Amino acid sequence: MGLTAPPEHRTVSYAPESQEGWVATRLDFLVNWGRANSLWPMPFGTACCAIEFMATAASDFDLARFGMERMSFSPRQADVLICAGRVPFKLAPIIRRIWQQMPQPKWAISMGACASTGGMFDNYAVVQGIDTIIPVDVYVPGCPPRPEGLIYGIRMLQEKVKNERSSDAGIRDEMEPDPSSQLYIPPSVIDELGEPFGNSVNQTRSGL
Amino acid sequence: MTRFEVVRTGASATGAQPATQRNVSHRSAEANPSAKALQDKFSAAIKRVEVIWAETIVYVDPAAAHEIIRWLHDDQSQQYDFLIDVTAVEYRDAEVPIEVVWHLRSLPYRRFLRIKAQLPKGAPLEIDSLWDIYKSADWLERECYDMFGIRFRGHPDLRRILMWESYKEGYPLRKDFPLRGRFSRSEQLRQALAQNPEARYSMEELTIADAFAELPQDMRERLSKGERTGE
Repeated sequence: MGLTAPPEHRTVSYAPESQEGWVATRLDFLVNWGRANSLWPMPFGTACCAIEFMATAASDFDLARFGMERMSFSPRQADVLICAGRVPFKLAPIIRRIWQQMPQPKWAISMGACASTGGMFDNYAVVQGIDTIIPVDVYVPGCPPRPEGLIYGIRMLQEKVKNERSSDAGIRDEMEPDPSSQLYIPPSVIDELGEPFGNSVNQTRSGL
Repeated sequence: MTRFEVVRTGASATGAQPATQRNVSHRSAEANPSAKALQDKFSAAIKRVEVIWAETIVYVDPAAAHEIIRWLHDDQSQQYDFLIDVTAVEYRDAEVPIEVVWHLRSLPYRRFLRIKAQLPKGAPLEIDSLWDIYKSADWLERECYDMFGIRFRGHPDLRRILMWESYKEGYPLRKDFPLRGRFSRSEQLRQALAQNPEARYSMEELTIADAFAELPQDMRERLSKGERTGE
């Protein structure tokens, strides 16, 4: 039938009983599998979400099951920034500095309503979502989220890590916003988009 | 009563026991004896005395507040040796003055006294600092300055403590301050990210080198082996 390979082709014969086991896979898959299961978190806990984060790390929920038992209190050895709690404006340059100190590849989880949107703290002192400062991969809703919620967010992040391709050259670029880009939204427009709830200039609630 | 008398509690104790007051009336409770002493000594500077829920409030002339509290601290019959809090109150009505509030406690006499000084809103908000009497006034007055803009004359280091030092929007706890601040969100974020915390706090401020000789022996030994303090 012509389906048998000519003898000059380099073929591999596999006889498990006669040699060490081996497996063929994509390099991406192997690297991502390793990365996803050894994410070292940099805990940035500022409020009650950090208590739930501690509960997640403790024995009942056991973050070690996901390869995260090693809290990295140095950003230089961390893979995931977990921002748990509200971030006041005074901390904004600090969380940005921590993010810049983390080596690539790195991811960020915004845990809880306050870190994601400012939550109930719609006031002069609190950053309205840390995604205005650093890029965020996974948002975990809740006030605070239960440990199951955080673990679900971590599993989502692991899925994201496992689906990354090293052929995507752009995924690790750290970009400054480009005003000439079609996707760029100037700050004044972003402020106007906040209109239905008022922004800090035009306040529709609790104005005085 | 001697200073720092040992108080024995429990069934074996003798004499009158300090106890939590019960059935305190709203307005007609007995005033702190210090209020009477103040009225005798500084009659002109004492505006009025109120007793609400058995807590005595003495309204004093802002110009005399420092002298009065100095006397309360130094006099042997008062000995208010603990400054609990310095804060301020602003009322919604424009004509009601801003009040500066001091909470004082006399540990030997088990007395609590609240002193208030009213600062009219039109004039510059200034009052004498208590830092030369109570060192604990340092950060409390800084917080009060940060939130209300009240300047404490004679404070050694009057700058913002909660907000960052280049904060330009004003004093957040004032009634004319909008809840979300004066600037737009993007401008607030831009200014916040432009602050450079390391430029504001010197390394000397972050280390304890100046106070090294006053540290406990074991801590000095640890630090002398090269443990870093705050870099």
